[in-house]
Formats: sequence, structure tokens, C-alpha cells
Amino acid sequence: MTHLMMSSTLSAYKISIFSIALFAFSQTGCDVSQLNNPYPKADVENSVLYSSFAERPKHLDPAVAYSSDEYGFIGQIYEPPLQYHYLKRPYQLQPLTANAMPVVRFLDQKGQPLPATAPESAIAYSEYIIDIKPGIRYQPHPAFTQNAQGQFVYHQLTQTQLAEINTLSDFAEQQSRELTAEDYVYQIKRLAYPKIQSPIAELMAGYIDGFSEFAQSSAKLPMTELKNQPMRGVEAINAHQYKIRIKGQYPQFQFWLAMPFFAPMPWEADAFYAQTELKNKNISLDWFPVGTGPYWLEENNPNRRMVLAKNPHYHADFYPTDGDEGDREKGWLADAGKPLPLVERVVYTLEKETIPYWAKFLQGYYDASGIASDSFDQAVQFSGSGDPQLTPLMQEKQIQLQTSVSASLFYLGFNMLDNVVGGDSERARKLRQAISIAVDYEEFIAIFANGRGVAAQGALPPGIFGYQEGEAGINSVVYDWQKDHPQRKTIEQAKQLLAEAGYSNGIDPKTGEALLLYFDTTAVGTDDRALMNWYRKQFEKLGIQLVIRGTDYNRFQEKMRTGAAQLFVWGWNADYPDPENFFFLLYGPNSKVKQGGENAGNYANPQFDRLFEQMRNMPNGAERQKIIDQMQNIIRQDAPWLFGYYPKDFALFHSWYHNLKPARMIVNRLKYSRIDSQDREQKRQQWNQAQFWPVIVIGLALAGLVWPVIRAYRRRQQETQND
Amino acid sequence: MINYLIRRLLYALPLLMAVNVLTFVLFFVVNSPDDMARMQLGQKRVTEQAIANWKHQHGYDLPLLFNSDEQGAKQLTTTIFYQKSINLFLFDFGISDSGRNIGADIQQRMWPSLALALPSLIVGLLVNISLALFMVLFRNSYLELGGSVLLVMLMSISSLFYIIGGQFLIGKLLKWVPISGYDSGWSAIKFLILPVMISVVAGIGSGVRWYRSLFLEEVEKDYVRTARAKGLSEPQVLFKHVLQNAMIPILTGVVVVLPLLFMGSLIMESFFSIPGLGSYTIDAINRQDFAIVRSMVFLGSVLYIAGLLLTDISYTLVDPRVRLS
Repeated sequence: MTHLMMSSTLSAYKISIFSIALFAFSQTGCDVSQLNNPYPKADVENSVLYSSFAERPKHLDPAVAYSSDEYGFIGQIYEPPLQYHYLKRPYQLQPLTANAMPVVRFLDQKGQPLPATAPESAIAYSEYIIDIKPGIRYQPHPAFTQNAQGQFVYHQLTQTQLAEINTLSDFAEQQSRELTAEDYVYQIKRLAYPKIQSPIAELMAGYIDGFSEFAQSSAKLPMTELKNQPMRGVEAINAHQYKIRIKGQYPQFQFWLAMPFFAPMPWEADAFYAQTELKNKNISLDWFPVGTGPYWLEENNPNRRMVLAKNPHYHADFYPTDGDEGDREKGWLADAGKPLPLVERVVYTLEKETIPYWAKFLQGYYDASGIASDSFDQAVQFSGSGDPQLTPLMQEKQIQLQTSVSASLFYLGFNMLDNVVGGDSERARKLRQAISIAVDYEEFIAIFANGRGVAAQGALPPGIFGYQEGEAGINSVVYDWQKDHPQRKTIEQAKQLLAEAGYSNGIDPKTGEALLLYFDTTAVGTDDRALMNWYRKQFEKLGIQLVIRGTDYNRFQEKMRTGAAQLFVWGWNADYPDPENFFFLLYGPNSKVKQGGENAGNYANPQFDRLFEQMRNMPNGAERQKIIDQMQNIIRQDAPWLFGYYPKDFALFHSWYHNLKPARMIVNRLKYSRIDSQDREQKRQQWNQAQFWPVIVIGLALAGLVWPVIRAYRRRQQETQND
Repeated sequence: MINYLIRRLLYALPLLMAVNVLTFVLFFVVNSPDDMARMQLGQKRVTEQAIANWKHQHGYDLPLLFNSDEQGAKQLTTTIFYQKSINLFLFDFGISDSGRNIGADIQQRMWPSLALALPSLIVGLLVNISLALFMVLFRNSYLELGGSVLLVMLMSISSLFYIIGGQFLIGKLLKWVPISGYDSGWSAIKFLILPVMISVVAGIGSGVRWYRSLFLEEVEKDYVRTARAKGLSEPQVLFKHVLQNAMIPILTGVVVVLPLLFMGSLIMESFFSIPGLGSYTIDAINRQDFAIVRSMVFLGSVLYIAGLLLTDISYTLVDPRVRLS
């Protein structure tokens, strides 16, 4: 063929004809749309939501899973007794599988009931009595399958049966059963069971009566024995009622009851998954959950794709009929009263890199997207007043932007055990205050976070009870209230504080040279250099020399554990919307060095600790607000943290994606989402017409090469003959 | 030849042991069992007791290489190294630190790796050899000069550029195929077209230059002159005689990489979200999952040794003068 092409100009003719034919084909209106569609054609008619995951979740066992990517899955599968109202803010708890909110009664040391008005000192235990709705059923699962004699068919699999099993869907018969109170009790036993290694086991050991004792007594038992072992403080009263006894008072416990840790687990699941051969085939509870939620994990290939499908046994659950002011106008009540879930399937595809994800989102193959820094300018621009707006490209595609401040905090911490920056001396306090003013977090947010953040005024982010808007909520050590907004104090004021601390112009009197401070960080990549230079410059404003100590993650953790770090950046995502979940990061007895707790800066102030102990058990109200204000003032004065910023989430979603209200705290929000499949299909077709012009260009380029090739070939033949 | 093969296999054992020790030492210089536990347990509310429990459950509470608390052989056998390494030699990779069966994962993930690597190799080989022969055909012409410049340019471009550029042009701009992803069975083809195409284009620069140099060496030999003297045309000389005689280095070069095709491509798999063994290894390193890292390094070593062995055998097949002894 090669020879022919070279030997005749006919080839050029052929190429031209081919090119023209191709051009004609591309112009004929033949359906060349969606050649790039990564999904099967059968999906078009179905109500499917498309999302992705960058890393396979580590755990899908509700006793162990704790990260947001894991909750993205298990939040839709497992159902704790409580949930948050989808539309109301601040977040409000409401029953999910429970009939009503738990009844809490107080008991004295002897277990005798106390009145609700009993003083805190008299309360030895709080008992939560939870009624669950009857008739709730689990998803179909082989663990429940029984034969006519009532024996479990798949709990002791034979080698013959196992040979044909590669995944859970290979089990021919999958049955269900009703949810019972005992399943909730069993899950709490699992939290205590040492072999499961629940991250909240030690925390709960401090609160749930009998939890520690159960952990000790069950340590050597096989998991299949757990259901037969009683736990003193947790008991199923009847098939639909159970109680949990808490030591003393712990009002935040109700928030835990809305987390998957306290979702029910049927004992049959553990009995089924305990079979070694199934583990060897990667069929385990960690990968194939068993829940009562709106979805079940139809396909779990964490190497490629995970698919949630509607649970055929899902109980009656309806879209909320009331919400916040303005929700109706935003369309968030358009589906009020409709049965949930609103989407049949959710397909999560493995997508490791942000560039292809972003391109597929723009093509309509993902329904929503965050905004990576490399595509930020393509998606968002800021108006003159600083408000984020969509770029014309996004507007043309009718993409919508949603921003919300998350219940998280990133702060720069001082190690309070350090001789220079730590301690409660006036010198150290003023040094920390001066640095707090000098490090300009507004600038940080503008440069490094693309404006996606709000400079923090204290330990509590917006949306958490105790957070104060406006002048009442500013950090008066760092800001002045000017013209209706907080204005960072001047660098001169910071220098004044520094001088009062004994470091005039940043000079350390001990050495006569610039004060040296050390910043420990894991940000050691080339991309982080600009950020580190920025930190250096912030300290240079005061004449302080900042030394960046880059270290890998493991060494960094070790430095934090041993108190060897001096300055560090840390963050916290709220477990639940209560001020206790932020202030406990500064509570003295939670010191990381001394107690291995979450107080990474090892801050300890007896007055703050006393107020914390008082505040944590109080109901929300004016009195609690007053104490919170006092606590905020103490930490603003002591400045154990540069409060940093509250991250602002920017989410983009297509016009066919409905009911997406910002709800970071709500882990089961997928059931409220609705997709307009027809609109999506129409837009995909419009956006994904394949282009064939490069084939013509390449064809013409090749045709242009024909003549030089022929000439060169003839010359070569001639040279060979002459040889 | 059988004796030779047996001897080579026996040589492989200490080699594999050394690789195993090296991987073990390098891994644990950077990561302690405590670090691994923290990585697996997450960042929130991780207590010392939880770390101790994790290490005990996963067998990382033993000494690394030598257990002075034990007597006799147990001093060596009750160590992390022994417990974690010995089964590798039986190809039992065990359970990963995140609780998955590594052997099952490898079995599942080697097919996507192979689906990407094999067509890339075959198409790349055909394209590179054909282009190299064309260049030799047009040697000492402007076409060759232009081609050489183009090849140097192609060689100078980073493979990352090819990937991102290819995804942008073919997937995003022209919309011919999906930008990334994977599917099982025949549905995988539409996902493989782009990465294979990019692999081939990215390899043209170096590949064509390498084969061109092989062919240029051949065309100067006496048998080529004889062929020409017989009146054969230049394409006949090149495609029939030169190509055949240049097959020894081509074949041996290909055979050595054949077993390694199973190991996958690190960057390509990551960018195209192809669930192969390349991305499996990278993920394991990022997660500090020693069980997977050691298994993949061991497997890589075994396959490399197998590749060298196959190369030796292929010598005897393509050149009857070579004898293995």
C-alpha cells in the first residue's frame, strides 16, 4: 500500500476524495453528538446523578468511617435515629428512624429519676430513650437470607458456593428483615469492640455508661459473640425502643445520634462477613454496607466505579414542606411533600485528576463541581464590590454558582508550651497579639484562596450558635470597627505591642538580632513556595525572621505530639453544629502533648476551662451566649491562635440539578436532590457535537507531502541504480 | 537449556530477597508503624490506644528485623520483616493495611493495565518501525532532515504535555472520545483510544530515532548491496531484508518489557482514571500501605527477572548461533 501511495499521484486524489467525503459527512447532520459520552446509552432515560471520587473511601463501616468522602456514601445507606432538617438554619435536629426526638431523663447515683430541673451536681446519669418507627426494613442482602427452616443460607458457605461468588450480587437470593432496636444496641457494642477500632471509642467510653467495661470484657471474644454480651448502659427495651445511659450530662450526645456511628447494624451482617473466604474476595462490611437508607450500594468497585441505587424497601420519607424564609423563592420547596429519594441512581466514577473532571463537567457529564484553583478564573470573576460572579462562559451554559461559609476553621497556632511564643506571660501574650495583627489574613484569602474564605474573628464560624455578626463579634485585639466593617489594626499598633513585649523593632534582646521564630509545615512542594514567602513577609513587617521548617506529614505529627513545633497551621471541620465542638480545641485537659487530645496548641487557661465546663452542658440561649462571649474575649486576648479564616465553599452545578441547598453538616442530603434528565440530555447533545475539521487539515497536509515524497523516492531509486 | 533456566531461577531467589530487604528498609526509614497507623486511622480523634490496637491487629507491633526478646530462630521469625515477607515467595500477597485482599486486587487491576499497555506497545511498534523505515528510505533528503527535526521536537516535549494536550484537543475540543474513564469488556475501547493514541505519539520521537539508527546500521552491510545488485527496489530491500535482519535487537527489546506491561503506567492511568496496577502502586505509596508497596515491588522484580529470562530465550530463537549453557 505504501508503495502504491508513493508511486502514483492517485494517492493524492484518494486523500482529497476521502477528506471531502469526511467533510461532507461532518456537515450532513448525522448524529455525531456525544461520541465522548462516558456512560452507557441506557442511562439517558433514567434519573441518574453523576458524581465522582478521587480516592477510594477507606472504610464504609459506620463504626469506623469518619471522613467526609466516606460519609458521602454511608450517609445515604445507613440511618441513625436522628437527622438534620434539610432546609432550616441554624441546623435543627429531627427524627429520622426515631418516632420522635429522644426522651431524656436524669438519674441520680442510685439510678433514681430526677426532675428536669435538677441541679447539674445531682445528675449522675442522663438516660436517652429512643422509639423507632415500626416497619422499617433493610435493603436486600444475602446476610438475611433464610431457608424454609429459618436457617441462614449464606452464613456458612461451602467451597462449591464460594467458587461462584466474586461479588455480592452473585448471591442469588437476597432477603430483608425489619429494623429493630436491638440493631442500634448492637452497633454501640461494635463501637466499643476493640477489634473494630472505632475512632470515637475512647470519647464514648467517657460518656456511655458501661462502654469501657464492655470494651475490656469483649476484647478477646469473636465478633459473632458481641450480640450475646450485655452492655450496662445500653439496652433494647423492646423491639422498637432502646435506651442509652450517659454519665452525667452531655447534651451534645443528641448530635452524635444524627451521625452514622449510631446507625443500626444487623448482627447477621457481621456473621455473614466473618467468613474468611469472603474477606479474601474483598467482600466485607467495609466495602458492602447493609443499611435501611434511601440507597444501597449496588456496585462497589472502588478501583473504578461505585453505584448507589434506590433501596426497594425504603420507608416512607418525604421532602420537607417548610424551610427558611426565601427557600420557596429559590425553588427549594418545589418538591415539598414528595416521596424520597428523588433520584433513582447515583453513579460515582473514579476521577483522580481535576483537569479531566472539570472538562467533563463542562460537557455535562458531571452534574456538579467544586472549583479547583487552576480552573477558578475560567469559572468565577469578582465584581467591583467583591462579589463572586460567574464568567460569561458559565452563564452561557446556565451553570449556577452557590457559595456558603463552611463550619470549619483554619488557624495558625502557637505552641503554648514553647518558651518564646507560649505561656501566659504578658510578654508572650503581646508578642502573639502583635503577630495576630501583622499576619494579614484578608490578603491571604485574596491571594491564596481566590477569595474563598472569611477572615475569622474568633473560634466559632458562622452558623454555629454563639457566633456574633457585626461589631459585637469582632476581635477587638486585631480589628477596629470602621464604616460598618472590621478594619485590621495598623502595623504600627502591632509594632507598639511588640515593643511592649520587649522586642522593639523585632529585635530579640537576648541576641541583639532579629527575633527568630520557627514555622513547621508540611507544605514543602514548589507550589507552596509563594505561600511560605508570604508568611515570611508578614513576619518581616514586624522585623521578625520566620524560619520555615518543612517536614513530611509523619514528622510533623510527631512534632505536634511532642510539643516540638513552635508555629503551625491546623484546621477543624465541625462534627456537629455546637460551640462545644470548637471550644474543646482550646480546653486545657484536651492538650495534645499532655493528654493526646485535640488541643494542638496546648492552650490552658483555668478561667476559660471553667467557662467551657459551664457552657458545654447548657441549652442555647442568652445565658449561654453570654458565657460564649466571655470565652471568645479570653482567647482573643490570650491569642493562642491567629484565628485564620473560615473557608467558603464555591459549588457549581448545572441548571438540571435541583434542590441543592448548602448543607455541609447534613450527610444524607442526596435523597433530596432531583435531576431533570430531559434537560440534561438536550444540553449534552447541544454541547457535544464532534468536530472533524482536523481530519481534513491532516488530510490536506498529507496531500501536500505527496509531491516531495515522490520526488525523494525517485531520487533514491536513481541513486540506488547508480550505485 | 533447562539447566540454564533452573540456574537462573535459583539466582533469582537471593536477588528477590535483596530487593525485599531493600524495600523494607527504605519504607521503614521513611514511615514508622505509628505513622502507618495514623494514616489508616485518619486525623480526627486518633488516640495512642487506637494506634497500639491497629499495630497489634496488623502485626506491626513486632520488632522490624530482629527480635531480641525471643530465642533461637524465633528471633528472626517473630519480626515484621519475616511475617510480612515470607508469604510473598509463595505469591500470597496477603491483606493490605486497609483490609483488602491484595492478590484479588492485582488480579482485577492487571487487565486494565494490560488493555492500555499492550495496544500501546503493538501500535507504537508498528508506527515507529514504519516511520523509521521511511526515514531510512528518504535518507540524505530534506524529508529526513525535516523528520529528524520533528523527532527531536517530539522527544523534547514532556509526556504530561501530551496527556493534557491530547485530552484537551481530542476529548474536549473535538469531542471524539471520552476524556477519561474506563469500562469493562468491549465498552473499554472508547476509553482506551485516546490514551493509546497519546502513548504512541509520545513514544514516536525516541522510538523512531532508535529504530532508524538500527536500520541505518543495516543498510550499509554487504547483503543489502547484494540485494540491490539483484535489482530489488529500495522498498523491497528495506521491508524484506533490512527489517528481517534488524529483528534481533527489536525482538529482544520488546520481549524484555512484555512482563512489565502488567505493571501499568503510573501517569497515564492516573490522568485517564484507568484502574490499573500503576495507579494502584501510586495510591499505596500515598497511603503508606506497606503491604501493597512490598507486593508491587516484589511482583515488579519477579516480572523483570522473567523478562530478562525471556530475552535470553528469544535470542536463541531468533539467532540459531546463540546457545544457552
